[in-house]
Amino acid sequence: MRTAESIRSIRAIFKRELAGYFGSPVAYVFIVIFLLLLGFFTFYINHFFEMGQADLRSFFEWIPWVFMFLVPAVAMRLWSEERRLGTLELMLTLPITIFEAILGKFLAAWAFLGICLLLTFPMVLTVLYLGSPDMGAIFTGYVGSFLMAGAFLSIGSMTSSLTRSQVISFIIAVVICLFFILAGYPPITEIFSGWAPKWLMDLVAQMGFLPHYASIKRGVLDVKDLLYFFSVIFFMLAVNGAVLENRKTA
Amino acid sequence: MIEVRELTKVFDVKTAVNSVSFTVEKGEILGFLGPNGAGKSTTMRMITGFLPPSSGTAVIGGCDIVGDSLNARRKIGYLPENAPVYREMRVTDFLNFCAEVRGVDSGSQQARVDETIEKCFLSDVRFQTVATLSKGFKQRVCFAQSILHDPEYLIFDEPTDGLDPNQKHEVRLMIREMSAEKAIILSTHILDEVDAVCSRAIIIANGKIVADDTPQGLKATSPTHGSLMVRITAEEPNALLMLLKAEPGVKAAEILEQSDRHARIRIFPENPDAPPIADRILAMLSARSATVHSLLVEEGRLDEVFRAITTS
Ligand SMILES: Nc1ncnc2c1ncn2[C@@H]1O[C@H](COP(=O)(O)OP(=O)(O)O)[C@@H](O)[C@H]1O
Ligand SMILES: [Mg+2]
Repeated sequence: MRTAESIRSIRAIFKRELAGYFGSPVAYVFIVIFLLLLGFFTFYINHFFEMGQADLRSFFEWIPWVFMFLVPAVAMRLWSEERRLGTLELMLTLPITIFEAILGKFLAAWAFLGICLLLTFPMVLTVLYLGSPDMGAIFTGYVGSFLMAGAFLSIGSMTSSLTRSQVISFIIAVVICLFFILAGYPPITEIFSGWAPKWLMDLVAQMGFLPHYASIKRGVLDVKDLLYFFSVIFFMLAVNGAVLENRKTA
Repeated sequence: MIEVRELTKVFDVKTAVNSVSFTVEKGEILGFLGPNGAGKSTTMRMITGFLPPSSGTAVIGGCDIVGDSLNARRKIGYLPENAPVYREMRVTDFLNFCAEVRGVDSGSQQARVDETIEKCFLSDVRFQTVATLSKGFKQRVCFAQSILHDPEYLIFDEPTDGLDPNQKHEVRLMIREMSAEKAIILSTHILDEVDAVCSRAIIIANGKIVADDTPQGLKATSPTHGSLMVRITAEEPNALLMLLKAEPGVKAAEILEQSDRHARIRIFPENPDAPPIADRILAMLSARSATVHSLLVEEGRLDEVFRAITTS
């Protein structure tokens, strides 16, 4: 009974939010920027064609860095805007739980990012044209990218609930995302390896996105890595909920 | 019934709402009055479940807003202060969204939305996005959202704020029409509104209830309640004033304005609620060959009462 109602509320919010993305020009601008940036990095910086390799390794290499800025930009309005315009009061006095509201919004934004990722399909066509790529690795690469988008998004959703200012939300989210990328990033770990205890290094490295992302995009869908991304999402959305529960004002 | 039990809200060090209790029955329209910053919105935000109370609770039709929040919220229609609405949505889409979340049966959903649009005079703008609407229309869209699911309990935070006099009139009419089978709380700092729509009024100042009565009852506490106001033309108004003061049943009398032979006099009876002294005053005045232009018994003025209570 309650489950059916939950699903109905989540679906209604999901639909409203997703329609909101495609009803505003910002979404299209975002998609264009996303595709241009990825294209620029992959083709221009990495000399995609000169490498002559029929795979998307360099493409997936860039995704975390592009997401680090673009996903917080998508997430920043999720709650800040509701707080600033007072619609949060409308939303939270409807007969829905905070969890349903968060999930509805999160899933809509995640679906939007999924659509952005799908729009990179010409890359796949290009490598298919160039040779016979490992389609399994490409598939898991996309899965990994999508999961990472979700993790970044959950961070952005959480920071967006902290403030009415989208700019502040964006900056905090980028900083946290950067931490998750750099934790376990070899050039950084080397700096610390001299003095930090090994167990701490390992722990921090385990928290980083990149090792998990790396194993997924190699073509290995390990439950451990999936679990990792879903735990990050779960944790961030739980904090998001706690922030909204305990807010003092709109 | 809405039962508010010792609601209290403390913001950091400031107590915005201090142990407020009252009940509202179906058929009542309760006016929630108070100067800006008195705690009206904060109280309403707690009753509707938006802000958790620091202590106390509200029970809406048997459901506790703290303990059984979802069921309580289901019974409420709420128009928040400043009427927030999703700006990028079209009016119909917005109302359909609210209906869907509220679980209005999907077969009758469109009919309900259409009916509400009619009722709130939104037919002309139904396909417009909210961002392009004027303040009055935005207010009505948010109002429409609050009555869409035909709730038993309605809470309006300054429903006529920022509307022009015609729109104010329309909104008040709508509220009055609905009142028969609903319990309604509306906040305002417009005193005419209380007279026009409310069956009961609570005055709140600094987070505390300082008066709870019918509008008539409140007005009866006004110092001018029951006083007589006469406009006359006479040879010597001042001489008349002395005679009026000497009249039995008259406690005091004063000339409010005078120019030559014209004067406006206010007469305070010994007991405002005793049998009226107006006819005796009239007889006395015409016996002295004064011309009476008008005579008015004052009901008392809410703004005087309001000022007296909220500034003391
Ligand atoms: N989030 C908040 N944090 C701190 N103080 C607040 C907050 N919201 C309201 N207040 C204070 O509580 C008091 C009551 O505010 P409010 O309920 O909005 O008054 P009203 O609606 O009667 O004008 C005001 O003094 C206001 O400054
Ligand atoms: Mg207010």
